[in-house]
Amino acid sequence: MNIHEYQAKQLLKQFGVAVPSGDPCKTLAEVRAAAERLFASGHKLAVVKSQIHAGGRGKGTFKHGFQGGVKLARSVDEVVAFAENMLGKVLVTKQTGPEGRQVQTLLVAAAETIKKEFYIAVLLDREKSRPVIMASTEGGVDIEEVAEKSPEKILKEWVDPAVGLQAFQCRKIASGLGLKGDLFNAACKLVAGVYKTWWECDASMVEINPLCIVEGPGGKENIMAVDAKIGLDDNALYRHKDIQEMRDLAEESPLEVEASKFNLNYIKLDGNIACLVNGAGLAMATMDIIQHFGGSPANFLDVGGGASKDQVSAAFKIILGDPGVKGILVNIFGGIMDWNVIATGIVAAVRETGLKLPLVVRLEGNNVLAGKQTLKDSGLTLISGDSMADAARKVVAAVNTH
Amino acid sequence: MSILVQSNTKVLVQGITGSFGAKHAQLSLDYGTRIVAGVTPGKGGQQFEHNGHKVPIFDTVADAVRETGATASAVFVPPPFAADAILEGADAGLTLVVAITEGIPVNDMIRVKRAMEGKSTRLVGPNCPGVVTPGEGRDSQGGCRIGIAPGYIHKKGHIGVVSRSGTLTYEAVFQLTARGVGQSTCVGIGGDPVNGTSHLDVIRMFMADPDTHGIIMIGEIGGSAEEEAAEWIARNGTKPVAGFIAGATAPPGRRMGHAGAIVSGGKGTAKAKIDAFRMAGIGISPTPSDMAATLLKMM
Repeated sequence: MNIHEYQAKQLLKQFGVAVPSGDPCKTLAEVRAAAERLFASGHKLAVVKSQIHAGGRGKGTFKHGFQGGVKLARSVDEVVAFAENMLGKVLVTKQTGPEGRQVQTLLVAAAETIKKEFYIAVLLDREKSRPVIMASTEGGVDIEEVAEKSPEKILKEWVDPAVGLQAFQCRKIASGLGLKGDLFNAACKLVAGVYKTWWECDASMVEINPLCIVEGPGGKENIMAVDAKIGLDDNALYRHKDIQEMRDLAEESPLEVEASKFNLNYIKLDGNIACLVNGAGLAMATMDIIQHFGGSPANFLDVGGGASKDQVSAAFKIILGDPGVKGILVNIFGGIMDWNVIATGIVAAVRETGLKLPLVVRLEGNNVLAGKQTLKDSGLTLISGDSMADAARKVVAAVNTH
Repeated sequence: MSILVQSNTKVLVQGITGSFGAKHAQLSLDYGTRIVAGVTPGKGGQQFEHNGHKVPIFDTVADAVRETGATASAVFVPPPFAADAILEGADAGLTLVVAITEGIPVNDMIRVKRAMEGKSTRLVGPNCPGVVTPGEGRDSQGGCRIGIAPGYIHKKGHIGVVSRSGTLTYEAVFQLTARGVGQSTCVGIGGDPVNGTSHLDVIRMFMADPDTHGIIMIGEIGGSAEEEAAEWIARNGTKPVAGFIAGATAPPGRRMGHAGAIVSGGKGTAKAKIDAFRMAGIGISPTPSDMAATLLKMM
């Protein structure tokens, strides 16, 4: 699960990480109140940031022509003027696709005077099965590019889960970033807080880019998370009721939200051949084989190992909810599941939805003969495939001639 | 021979009274697997009965091991309690713990993996279909089935199968059996980002097993376990290996069902894995329909 920048900053703040002061706002009245608080407390510059789960906000364009999803403002009125052009409007960035995302929340925060930008992140190192803290003096840029061109500029500290993060590891990172004195101490505290956020929240990733040295009133410097991104381990959400409430359904595809209600794993793609498969690996492989034979998959859909008649039926409705679908491939390896149960589910779903599109079914596994008979007796026009390859070829051909 | 388990391996089931655990304990008993004990805390002293089998239930794995001599376990315990169940199996000195449970938090597995370092217990999984060493009977009965794989699709023979995905494992096994070719052992290592046994671990066992003559290795996007295995095969491989990687069409940044199946930051792509296979002389199955054919062509 992903969360918004303002939510990520709320979590980081709970674990002692300094963030610029600011408030999330859903209405213009809230925007004005937040801006008034900021300017009244002595800040000279505010930043208005669109809250969507996609990068490239600053360089994005709103559909009504307004440029930039992140804006600097020097007065309360200027903040409100920007907000009028952002709240409720659709922002298109390089990561949103042409349809863009509607901005429902703005973060109105203090725009700090930035002296230097760093990078810090915590994620899982799959090779070592341990968390790794990555930090770099090259902040505010694409870190993947840094990793490729100058890997020596990325500091890494692996954490032994038996003892947890040690203070010396925080000191190594602060020192590696070239910090001294008060800033060194502040950075140690910050590294510990960022790691603690990752571990305590069961995050899959915590990324702060940029992490900044900022100059406060009176010239005093501090180190702060100016932007923040947190991804969470879905498997661990059950133990974080507070984080579950941060889920923003508006950021997810409606069909994917609907699928999740039935415990179906559905991901919408751009193609026109829908597939309904049991098992994640087989579902990916089915997408691949459709492409191999010249077709284009419309979705990933794993109905799970023990799909019921109701789930098969729900799955059909969801894939038909995508108007781009021109044909369907059902590929279920009925290992333990009784194929006759699956066949009954398919027949019911086809009748219920009044399916008109070509449907190719690949039958294999337990009680397959009874399943084939059920499909035959139903009188439905469907095409059966003998192997994955045969079924994929047939669905591609059917879509091309339909 | 075979790897990990043989037909005489004594198996216990952790979570035998849950609906999922019970169903698959029954199927394993029907397959002829020696399910000698069940563990459900609080139900010690009861029996799990199925088709004339009476399997004693214990409160702890340690009790079950002491009373029955079980050396392997299947974990069907729900996600919040699964890490504890795995560690209980390791503590009891089991040789093999196979964790079927899907949905264990990554941080739990990070701790489990660390706690098992240096221990003699091997963990397979979690989020996996388990391990099957087919037997000599009808529909391969009489073998050892730990987990949730359909037993009847197997056939005793000399091909080793290793995969992160359950249904793709069945697909490969089915293709082999349909051609009259049997399997030594089939191992599902699971779809999670932190797991106990890697592709490489299983490949090394297959290469050392005199009864395994060829290997099908099935991978998917995410991580670099397939590349690691391919590098080792390039240097040390002595048997033909055919491979398939799922997820060439998966969009980057999205988790494809399995918690570990994700391309992030340009890492873990199908292309990188297929290239590594090619460099190592592993036969590339062009589609998931050609896994068995690709291997048999090499043998």
